[in-house]
Amino acid sequence: MRLYVDNAKCSGCRACLVACSLNLFRESNPKKAALTLLPHFPAPGVYEMKVCTQCGDCARVCPTEAIKLNERGAYYVDYDECNLCEACVPECPESVMFVRTELANHAWKCDLCGDCVAVCGTGALWIAD
Amino acid sequence: MLNGYGGSILRVNLTTGKISKEPTPPEVARDFIGGRGFGIYFLTKEVPKGTDPLGPENKLIISSGPLSGMLVAGGGKCDWTTKSPLTGGYASASLGGLFTAEMKYAGIDSIILEGISPKPVYLFIDDNKIELRDAAPYWGKGTFEVEKEFKEKFGEEYQIAVIGPGGENGVAFAHINHDYGRQAGRGGVGTVMGAKKVKAIVVHGTKSVPVADVDAYRQAGMALYKACKEAEGLKEWTRYGTTIVVSWCDEVGALPTRNFSAGSFEDGKNLYGTVMREQIVITDKGCFGCPCPCGKYSSMKRYGTHVEGPEYETIGMLGSNLGFTNIEDVAQANLLCDDLGIDTISAGGVIAWAIEAYTKGILTKADTDGLELSWGNPQAVFALIEKIAKKQGFGALLADGVKKAAQKVGKGSEKFAIHVKGMEQSAYATHNATAMLISYMTCDVGAHHNRAWAITYDLQVGRDKVVPEKVARVIWLQNFRPMFDVLGACRLQWVELGIDRKLYEPLLQAITGIPRTWEDLEAVGNRIWNLTRLYWARENEGFGRAWDMPSPRFYEEPPQSGATAGQITRLEDVNRLLDMYYEQRGWDANGMPTPATIEKLNLGAFVS
Repeated sequence: MRLYVDNAKCSGCRACLVACSLNLFRESNPKKAALTLLPHFPAPGVYEMKVCTQCGDCARVCPTEAIKLNERGAYYVDYDECNLCEACVPECPESVMFVRTELANHAWKCDLCGDCVAVCGTGALWIAD
Repeated sequence: MLNGYGGSILRVNLTTGKISKEPTPPEVARDFIGGRGFGIYFLTKEVPKGTDPLGPENKLIISSGPLSGMLVAGGGKCDWTTKSPLTGGYASASLGGLFTAEMKYAGIDSIILEGISPKPVYLFIDDNKIELRDAAPYWGKGTFEVEKEFKEKFGEEYQIAVIGPGGENGVAFAHINHDYGRQAGRGGVGTVMGAKKVKAIVVHGTKSVPVADVDAYRQAGMALYKACKEAEGLKEWTRYGTTIVVSWCDEVGALPTRNFSAGSFEDGKNLYGTVMREQIVITDKGCFGCPCPCGKYSSMKRYGTHVEGPEYETIGMLGSNLGFTNIEDVAQANLLCDDLGIDTISAGGVIAWAIEAYTKGILTKADTDGLELSWGNPQAVFALIEKIAKKQGFGALLADGVKKAAQKVGKGSEKFAIHVKGMEQSAYATHNATAMLISYMTCDVGAHHNRAWAITYDLQVGRDKVVPEKVARVIWLQNFRPMFDVLGACRLQWVELGIDRKLYEPLLQAITGIPRTWEDLEAVGNRIWNLTRLYWARENEGFGRAWDMPSPRFYEEPPQSGATAGQITRLEDVNRLLDMYYEQRGWDANGMPTPATIEKLNLGAFVS
């Protein structure tokens, strides 16, 4: 299972980012979300979302094996074991592996909680195999 | 720590360059909650009586609310309050988009701009790094170019609010543009920012907003989203946004046509939401956290341009009200206004007045810099929009707004200057819609629809009825609906999707820790409404009943065609509406809150 996005349906509202930060950090802060929104305005006028495909490349390069599989079959970061080496960041083909030390003392990524899908009103996000 | 708030008020004294922060006063948060509540509080308390709207003593107060930027369906509203250069009274404009959330995440509830900068500047906010920076390279440029330059310079996470040449040049109805197409549109808030020599505000915030009960917050937030997603009207509403009502207004005679001389447009079908969606819309564009985005982003092949919109109001004011018959022309006029930094509603109102004056021979080519004005003439309108924004020639006359332009021109043109209190009426024709008429007459910023959108209620209960129940409905709407502007959220989830408003109560409580029912919130709304009325009276000698009168067009000139042909509200009924309204509000016959009302609402401290 993984998260999918249809960019044509995204309206750029960022509800997904708030829901994501609330799940990952128990905080309201869209800068601490595990999805990325790239608006292309004023032209051509399209939104581009980047989401985790659960490819596992991050887990394969993690030297402390901090990126593990959860009960949903998704890779998540075990915060206690992350040493902030950032090896995972350049490996992510979608640029959705995050280390921002000014915001958190561990890496973070999508753990497939589904909260972003729950709040998306336009059906731009969904979970499937 | 104030749960649900950024926690600080940012003051920027542009005269001295001093920047300071103070904690958001808990008692102000308790009594006025946020957004438009903070706006009127600071305006009344801090801006002296008789202040020149364009002078250094006026302030521009920009406020988010406790629901802004949170897990709230539609938490993207930002209030811009000031003393209006258009009306000389209270101005409070609502900005959608992403700006309000970014302010909160930078830890700021209100930005208060004071004084006048000696040179053009922009305010740069990156969490705690706050600076005034030189705006010389940006001064004179359109809003889109400046926003794009800032996005490229700082990054997509930065949010930008910017004025155009209209604000720089002192057009009385200049707006603030944000996110390539969202505006704080009405009352000249952009004019005040321009007078202060502030070209733009750039904001970026990475802080988390504290909440009282994170689990309850998540649960209540999710419940609100779930209700929106399950709402029957979600799909249809999201497909068309506010343009969904163009056809309805045309059918019931509420679509402003040729300067509100009628309420149905014979070519209206070309401007319907269905036509627009098929012909020009390329994507939906939502404000922060919105599951049902009304924003439509369009591409105009005829012009090779893009614009957010047009929305219903703009289709009315720059479409049917000018006799336009092609949606791309409307969208292009919209784009010009957005880029040049002027309000589409007021621009449409004052241009329609000019066209009518020209067709009646009151204005001639000698007055209009050689422009031939006629209905359905996009090229002339595009030229006028540019002249207004630059205050060039004939444009300088229109740039003061329709009330002053008509006073200057005279010759009976005052009769078809469609405004209340100097604010051009937004896009609902009110020849025979008495609830909507009294709503416009008593709206606290001038003839604007958003406080009490009562036109559907007119149709529901009998449009020509003049009964206390109608007035009561308008008063309830005026107390209730603007509370969304206080909370920093959008009302359309309630209006358009019919979401149970009770869902907001546990959400607000989980965020702020303070239990409040809608009845409590409506009491705050009533208090704010009365305070804005007192502000008008404080600032305007002789303020009272006469200021609430609508354009004579709605009680003297029945439309000749369309759904409301031959229909009119009699002057006697206009006055009856006002009598009922004042009585129910606890105001005297001149429309002033009585001493008993002031005491009951505990507003004595605000009356000197």
